[in-house]
Amino acid sequence: MMELIVFAAAAAMVLAGALGVLFTRHPVHAALSLILTLFGIAVLFVALEANFLAAVQVIVYAGAIVVLFLFVIMLLGVDKVEAMGIDPVRLQRPIAAIVGLCTAGLVTVAILASRGSLTARPGSGLTADAADADGNIRLLARDVFSDKVLAFELTSVLLVIAVVGTVLLARKPRKGETEVTP
Amino acid sequence: MIAAVPTPTTTWYLILSAVLFALGMVGVMIRRNPLVLFMCIELMLNAVNLTFVAFAQRLGDVGGQTTVFFVMVVAAAEVVVGLGIVVAILRRRPSATTDDLAELKG
Repeated sequence: MMELIVFAAAAAMVLAGALGVLFTRHPVHAALSLILTLFGIAVLFVALEANFLAAVQVIVYAGAIVVLFLFVIMLLGVDKVEAMGIDPVRLQRPIAAIVGLCTAGLVTVAILASRGSLTARPGSGLTADAADADGNIRLLARDVFSDKVLAFELTSVLLVIAVVGTVLLARKPRKGETEVTP
Repeated sequence: MIAAVPTPTTTWYLILSAVLFALGMVGVMIRRNPLVLFMCIELMLNAVNLTFVAFAQRLGDVGGQTTVFFVMVVAAAEVVVGLGIVVAILRRRPSATTDDLAELKG
């Protein structure tokens, strides 16, 4: 019973937030709707025994990324209302809606058709440590720092490259320097 | 006494994330503000993350959660670079929408 209520509430949050991102005209409202969706996903992560990822979801996504969005909105003053009435391409919005419905329907049918073939492997991994409070984070750490340690190191390289590239893109050029911004 | 209340299974989570992915896709197609486009891409990434975590729980394998961890890092880097590009574009042309950015020269 409890699980059903949690799932229903979190799913309602996720879908309401997603619809808010799609259909609110003001970018700030879209960012706030995005927070709603991300919190709903975090609740679902807890329901799926991924406690560490739920915490990371709230801190990194709802905390850092959405605040970054809001900063850029404030910084650029792009708080204008978007004109939703104009179709850039003829019939773009109806076609987009049809394509979206078809995608959701197709994937749902595929999930339902393959429902029986999904078998659990009991005793391996997550369920064994579910009773332990730190079990999830311990399992995750063991996986990241043993098998996937090379990927982890490459991730740090990626972050450094991203930071350097962004600084180069966003700074103002000095006098006598050719501009590299797009 | 309430009889036979269904508990959410993996299938429910998968269908929810399929719907969320489709919503994000529609958003990318209909919105014209570059910032909102990024938000819709975040919706799609989160839908895929939910799928990974649902499968990790069902199969009892922590690898799915590890993948989500890396997806989050890459998504953060992607947002930083993307917003850097948006700042650089909008500083020159404050009212640009994605339709105005059809050519490569500035």
